[in-house]
Amino acid sequence: MKGLDCPLAHSRPDIHRDSEVNSVFDSIQIRSRTIQSLTTTDYSMDLSVNIGKLKLKNPVMTASGTFGYGEEYADFVDLNLLGGIVVKGISLKPMEGNPSPRICETPCGMLNAIGLQNVGLKTFLRDKLPYLRNFDTKIVVNILGNSVQEYVRLAKTLVDTGVDGIELNVSCPNVKKGGMTFGIDPRSLAKLITAVKRTVSNTVLITKLSPNVSSIPDFSRVAEDAGSDAISLINTIPALSIDTETWKPRLANVTGGLSGPAIKPIALRMVWEASQAVSIPVIGIGGITNTLDALEFLLAGASAVQVGTGNFLNPKATIEIISGLVAYLRRKNIQTIGAIIGGMKGTKSCHNPDH
Amino acid sequence: MYKIFKAKVIDNLPLNKKNYLLTIEPLDPISEPSPGQFYMVGTGNSFDPLLKRPFSYFRKTAQAIQFLYTVKGKGTAQMKALKPGDGMQVIGPLGTGYPKPPKGYIPLLIAGGIGIASLFSLAECLTKKPSLIYGSRCKDDLLILNELEKLGSELITCTDDCSFGREGMVTDVLTNFLASPSSKGTSYMIYACGPKPMLAAISQIALDKHIKGYVSLEENMACGFGACLGCSVKTGKGYKRVCKEGPVFPIEDIVW
Repeated sequence: MKGLDCPLAHSRPDIHRDSEVNSVFDSIQIRSRTIQSLTTTDYSMDLSVNIGKLKLKNPVMTASGTFGYGEEYADFVDLNLLGGIVVKGISLKPMEGNPSPRICETPCGMLNAIGLQNVGLKTFLRDKLPYLRNFDTKIVVNILGNSVQEYVRLAKTLVDTGVDGIELNVSCPNVKKGGMTFGIDPRSLAKLITAVKRTVSNTVLITKLSPNVSSIPDFSRVAEDAGSDAISLINTIPALSIDTETWKPRLANVTGGLSGPAIKPIALRMVWEASQAVSIPVIGIGGITNTLDALEFLLAGASAVQVGTGNFLNPKATIEIISGLVAYLRRKNIQTIGAIIGGMKGTKSCHNPDH
Repeated sequence: MYKIFKAKVIDNLPLNKKNYLLTIEPLDPISEPSPGQFYMVGTGNSFDPLLKRPFSYFRKTAQAIQFLYTVKGKGTAQMKALKPGDGMQVIGPLGTGYPKPPKGYIPLLIAGGIGIASLFSLAECLTKKPSLIYGSRCKDDLLILNELEKLGSELITCTDDCSFGREGMVTDVLTNFLASPSSKGTSYMIYACGPKPMLAAISQIALDKHIKGYVSLEENMACGFGACLGCSVKTGKGYKRVCKEGPVFPIEDIVW
């Protein structure tokens, strides 16, 4: 099974082929006792990871923009089980997003150009955050602005309400202003991170990097040097799909961001490069749909992972990955998840990724 | 009750070259759907196609859920290959279905092509038998006519190529229907499902004639349960999610 890199050869998260993962999943579905054991402190295995000062009970988070404000998944997932929830990107004012069609499917992936539709800071604080606060999980808020001042204001207001972390969105490919303009210019990126970090010094600041740069190690170091407590990567990859009947792009926005299993090997390479370049924690994102995917990112050096498009295919993907990690540690007789992080072997003979 | 459940294929009956009736049996306890709601149906075990596909249910019985579908792309091509006994994963029921007509209103159902799937479940459960206008490109695409006749509703069929029923599109039939003497003084409540241009044209007629009603929309969806915001459509009150606030919307709300 290992060694086949074509995503087609992997099992779908919703139809397990890995019998180990499957049996654990079934037992969790059947006996809620097993779920309890994942949440109690006397559990013999330690899944917890630290993202700077932020301690997650396990390394599985949700990726911004794929998990709504948490409530959308309450029918499927016990949110208490998650390591952390990264909510949909929030701007100062509500944003209505792009015209439809906003998404389309491509082989083993999908394009989206949602355009950062969100309820805005005020509504988020009033209607969405109180709900999320009912759960025993860390709440990280992804923020986006058109100027340094906007990011600072967002971060300050959110931190004052006690959110557990801030993720800087500097890598959205689907809006004209803001977003990516910070993510692809090292000087603006450094300026932004420095300003936000100064304002929210006691809260964990994660910078979500764009894959759309010439050197991941360079941008990772820019983030680290400017004071970011962690980096998360990758955001979606700018892409295009055309309808050959109508000769029109399949998205109203023409281009969109590619996500899903199709981008996983690229994301994995970038996460590995980033983790070699910096000493702050790296959070791996990109095409993670099952336990084996998550393990690859941890082995490549990620301290935690975020599940994105995988939630759409299988809304229970996150909790299945958590139980799969437990089963894996048990089988390998490993006590702590930390022992896996950055554990990839046999990389000595490769070219230095950081050149 | 499970919102995401495993199911087993009972039957996958070809109705003609490109239209099929899929019958599945849920293997977990599930909640009852209401007409107009839909399910995200996972048909394969590979990543291509990646996403589940949204389908309004055609009929729900104690043991089974039926879907009427047209083979169009990768997802439905894979669906066509399903055999009795095959397993699948399904999410639902999802979305907001058709509201019941208020007292004094006569339901008028208008289906274009495969849009008949969601309106059939509505017609079946309405106590007051509705009038049903059902159009398609050609005779072959008019599905389950025998089932529709059993409903006891007034059924008017039409085809673009005049191969069956009246000639022309449902909008032509609708205009004539509303102008007929028997429609005078009747308050209709329109329920329409079909291709977007058809729905836009029906909405225009309804607005012109001050007739209330609902349309059921279709959009590309990644999740089906409100998270991805991929299916949002423009309404007079901002973008709304077809999967959550819809797929059924009041006619006057949609900005075409």
